[in-house]
Amino acid sequence: MSLILSFLQSTIGRKSLMALTGFVLVVFVMGHMLGNLQIFLGAEAINAYAYKLHNLLPASALWAVRLFLIACIAVHVWAAVTLTLDNRKARPQNYYKKRVIQATYSSRTMRMSGIILLAFIFFHIAHFTVRSVPSMKYNEPGVISKKLDASNYSIPTEVPLVKKGEAVLKNGQKIMTFNVHDMMIAGFKSKIVSLFYIFATGLLCLHLTHGVSSMFQSLGIRNSFWRIRLDRFALFYGWTVFLGFAIIPIAALAGILTADPSGGLTSHAQILKNEAIAHELYSQELTLR
Amino acid sequence: MDFTLRIWRQKDSVSRGELVEYKIHDVSEDSSFLEMLDILSENLVEDGKVPMAFDYDCREGICGMCSLTINGIPHGPENGTTACQLHMRHFNDGQTITIEPWRAKPFPVVKDLIVDRSPLDKIIQSGGFITSRAGSATDANTHLINKGTADYAMDAAACIGCGACVAACPNASAMLFTSAKVAHMNSLPQGKPEKHRRALAMVSTMDDEGFGGCTNIGECEAACPKNISLDVIAHLNRDYSIAQVKSFFKPYV
Repeated sequence: MSLILSFLQSTIGRKSLMALTGFVLVVFVMGHMLGNLQIFLGAEAINAYAYKLHNLLPASALWAVRLFLIACIAVHVWAAVTLTLDNRKARPQNYYKKRVIQATYSSRTMRMSGIILLAFIFFHIAHFTVRSVPSMKYNEPGVISKKLDASNYSIPTEVPLVKKGEAVLKNGQKIMTFNVHDMMIAGFKSKIVSLFYIFATGLLCLHLTHGVSSMFQSLGIRNSFWRIRLDRFALFYGWTVFLGFAIIPIAALAGILTADPSGGLTSHAQILKNEAIAHELYSQELTLR
Repeated sequence: MDFTLRIWRQKDSVSRGELVEYKIHDVSEDSSFLEMLDILSENLVEDGKVPMAFDYDCREGICGMCSLTINGIPHGPENGTTACQLHMRHFNDGQTITIEPWRAKPFPVVKDLIVDRSPLDKIIQSGGFITSRAGSATDANTHLINKGTADYAMDAAACIGCGACVAACPNASAMLFTSAKVAHMNSLPQGKPEKHRRALAMVSTMDDEGFGGCTNIGECEAACPKNISLDVIAHLNRDYSIAQVKSFFKPYV
């Protein structure tokens, strides 16, 4: 026990915990981004994805994953806070003149970007997971709203689970699921919220640009050969995550993404309708000939 | 060359220090930074003032005694150069130069620009040794060490223990110093037997002495007059983690 404590008290021990938890979060953030990008495939795809996340495994498994991620954030923040306090103590008297020789901006601002990101995570969970942000409360689950009024962010919460344009039936009943697609679009109706999301993902890019490479150093699996490559990979990773996340609020603000209260049914029905019209026109043309 | 110098003057470890401005004229561009300070001291003595106190010994860039933060960079702006090997031609005529001591809690100022760097010695004492027979030198080639390993150990051993890494680090971390010593000894067969004990002991001493932690930003590597690479820090991190895991299952007595 005292050995574990000595590991936790040492700077290197806390740094390796920071790296390990950081690794989990780095992998999570990429998965989260890829999942979110399915919004561009339409309500059908992203709603089915959300349904799978919630129902493929028992609820306890979902909560286990959630708690694991929260624990990772907690350990990551704890290590960062205690290390920062120790580091502050190590230099009580500052230089009157100090110049940075080569350290990158992202590496020197990890604490700033980290603190704002933590605030963002709280907001993000309140916004889209707990859905308790005032003025952005969606309809209570289980109630199918008939009207879609974008002005007060009221959206239908329950839509049928759609596969290939048709509602999926189970025991002759439609499977109902939460309309994640419209929740995201309604959530980004507010410009301030969208801008905060874009800003926060920008900071995430900054945080990852240093962190994705630095974690290998902390775990002792990096040398100068790999350092150059990992630094470049980190830059690429950070920008990929930034663009992948930021494009959604940007597309929602630009009106490229629009609400689909049917959960994917209408669009497909519309395609079928168009096809029918085209078919009719074609047959009319045939008869005219 | 003429310079305006803003130098940290502090009577002793308990009194408060301050930056004092001095003018110095007709300095040869071929004089070293320390020679320039010598000239300043001579001028001060002529004026009946207390001369500058600063650390130096070999003035060849190999002893690690000089410890000046010049314009915010330990050992000054030249890469891979100690302050004693830095020449005034690297500065502009009429330039204002700020000179401060190393600043870290484990390095209290003794006087002016002299700091007490004995915490680095304590880190060495806790693990910078080998336990094998230390008699006369062994015959050449009794221990075959491949070229890559020998070069790596030699590069790490180039550390002169000046403490510029601590001075440059925003966290006043002594990781580059400690890891250079660990990497040097842990990579050679003579140092292998106490590899894990060494990593644990030296890191423990380093933390206890009040140095900060590493944030992998690389300022130490850039400030190091011997260009010691961040690779050695990764090496220490690796050896330390392995040692912790091993000692968890089989604690050292």
